[in-house]
Amino acid sequence: MARRITTTRRITVTAAGWLVGFLIFFPILWMVLTSFKTELDAFSTPPQFLFFHWTTENYAIVQTRSDYVHHAMNSIILALGSTLVCLVVGIPAAWSMAFAPTERTRQTLLWMLSTKMMPAVGVLIPIYLLFRDTGLLDTHVGLIFIEFMANLPIVIWMLYTYFKEIPKDILEAARMDGATIGKELVFVLAPMAVPGIASTVLLNIILAWNEAFWTLNLTTVSAAPLTAFIASYSSPEGLFWAKLSAASTLAIAPILVLGWFSQKQLVRGLTFGAVK
Amino acid sequence: MGKIELVGVEKTFGHVGVIKGVDLQVEDGEFVVFVGPSGCGKSTLLRLIAGLEDTTGGRILIDGVDVSDTPPAKRGLSMVFQSYALYPHMSVRSNIGFGLRMAGVPKEERNRKVEAAAAVLNLTAYLDRRPGQLSGGQRQRVAIGRAIVREPKAFLFDEPLSNLDAALRVNMRLEIARLQNSLGTTAIYVTHDQIEAMTLADKIVVLNAGKIEQVGSPLELYDHPANLFVAGFIGSPKMNLVSGAAARKHGAATIGVRPEHVSTSPTIGEWEGVVSVAEHVGSDTFLYVTVPDIGDITVRAVGELALKPGAKVFLTPDISRIHRFDRDGNAVRN
Repeated sequence: MARRITTTRRITVTAAGWLVGFLIFFPILWMVLTSFKTELDAFSTPPQFLFFHWTTENYAIVQTRSDYVHHAMNSIILALGSTLVCLVVGIPAAWSMAFAPTERTRQTLLWMLSTKMMPAVGVLIPIYLLFRDTGLLDTHVGLIFIEFMANLPIVIWMLYTYFKEIPKDILEAARMDGATIGKELVFVLAPMAVPGIASTVLLNIILAWNEAFWTLNLTTVSAAPLTAFIASYSSPEGLFWAKLSAASTLAIAPILVLGWFSQKQLVRGLTFGAVK
Repeated sequence: MGKIELVGVEKTFGHVGVIKGVDLQVEDGEFVVFVGPSGCGKSTLLRLIAGLEDTTGGRILIDGVDVSDTPPAKRGLSMVFQSYALYPHMSVRSNIGFGLRMAGVPKEERNRKVEAAAAVLNLTAYLDRRPGQLSGGQRQRVAIGRAIVREPKAFLFDEPLSNLDAALRVNMRLEIARLQNSLGTTAIYVTHDQIEAMTLADKIVVLNAGKIEQVGSPLELYDHPANLFVAGFIGSPKMNLVSGAAARKHGAATIGVRPEHVSTSPTIGEWEGVVSVAEHVGSDTFLYVTVPDIGDITVRAVGELALKPGAKVFLTPDISRIHRFDRDGNAVRN
């Protein structure tokens, strides 16, 4: 039965919605606000919400003290590099499982997912030793490799789900039209799966960007990304809330901008009109 | 040239035999229709010829060359799918020209051929649209355009009209017949619609449970069905099949008589029954008559026949048009 929507109900629901949204957003807002405070204001009780001495000195200090650009570059290299490798391996893998499944495809998919169930710390020591002995510690290659391995199951799962949506007939039509498997992937499957591939790419970039466990444990200086940059502000010399906040704000800004601009790409469907 | 030969072709999925040893010859330029109930393996057989499925046994030859292990792209056939299967992200022009592009045909020649095909199919005005902006009939024409532009050895049609509405289906059927006639290219066409089969085919292949029941011209199948399955499958309304005493009288285990070969009379005849339904479609009248000890008999009478449900009627099968079948369901030839 349809219920009548009264003005009161509408106002209540809207207010509740905004409240929940605000609560979720609050930690980020607080972080951004804190980044503009002096270290003293950042500590003060009761906390000051808006009326404090606004300053940008934290940002200046953070850049001079620990070279934001260097870490940001490392984050970009890591995120893009691991995503690229994930796609190169993941697209053919997902293609074969979606369009040429065998009896073992289901188990393979579940097995891949199961690798995500083990806590990463469980293999920290072997991985660390392997990295040490092969000289991969604190290198881009090593980090890209470990992020690629960590995210590949999710990438394959996502691509597999998107590929399953694409009618098999269309790929068969391409095959009848004389396309080799490579051309079929490039000219037919990939363009049709653009929204799916785009969201997979975005998610993978975000995951790699935010991943802290391996990046903190396997890097020191030269390959250290922004996660290490943030962590360096909770140091033995004490916590520097304002500088930590400034560092964190700087670290999340690029990924936030990327997410904002790729919204459209993520939701647009391309397959309409293909069949029926 | 487009001569296709199947020799003992078999296909199993897991342990299920879908195609159980099919031998068939399709001559160059012939229009062959595979017809049969759903699940009979007709689409699978077409896909085997296309190369989209691998055979489990037997050989497929195109122009005398064994292509059993050749990928679909290299068999030189083109296919029209039931779902059209157009590339949604490409314009009609690119859709039709995709095969030529894959074959490395230069752009100018490609455009010329695409435009020629579009002209034949009345698609010229839509060349720059995407499939999503076309109607069902137009999409199907694009799919056909994609098939003809490559000048294949043979066309394979997999129930191409079943997504269209009735009126459009008749038009497209004519268009396909006309096109195949003018191009003279071999065509293999899969359908479950026996009207399509009868109207389009030079040769019909009736399939049932993965085996060929009969191969022949439409009228051959209609006039001389090889067995009960073909007799019951070809023709609409269905052939009346009668067994028991009434059949023994004609020296067969089962006799079949088509609805148009049964005459009616108010006074005298071989079988006496009561009209249960009378359908008046103008040109014909279809009577469904319940005859005691025999069952329901369908009668097709030309023109109007003023018989109402409940009326008593005498039926007489035309002796010269009776089909006799033995105990195994095979036709008894005189």
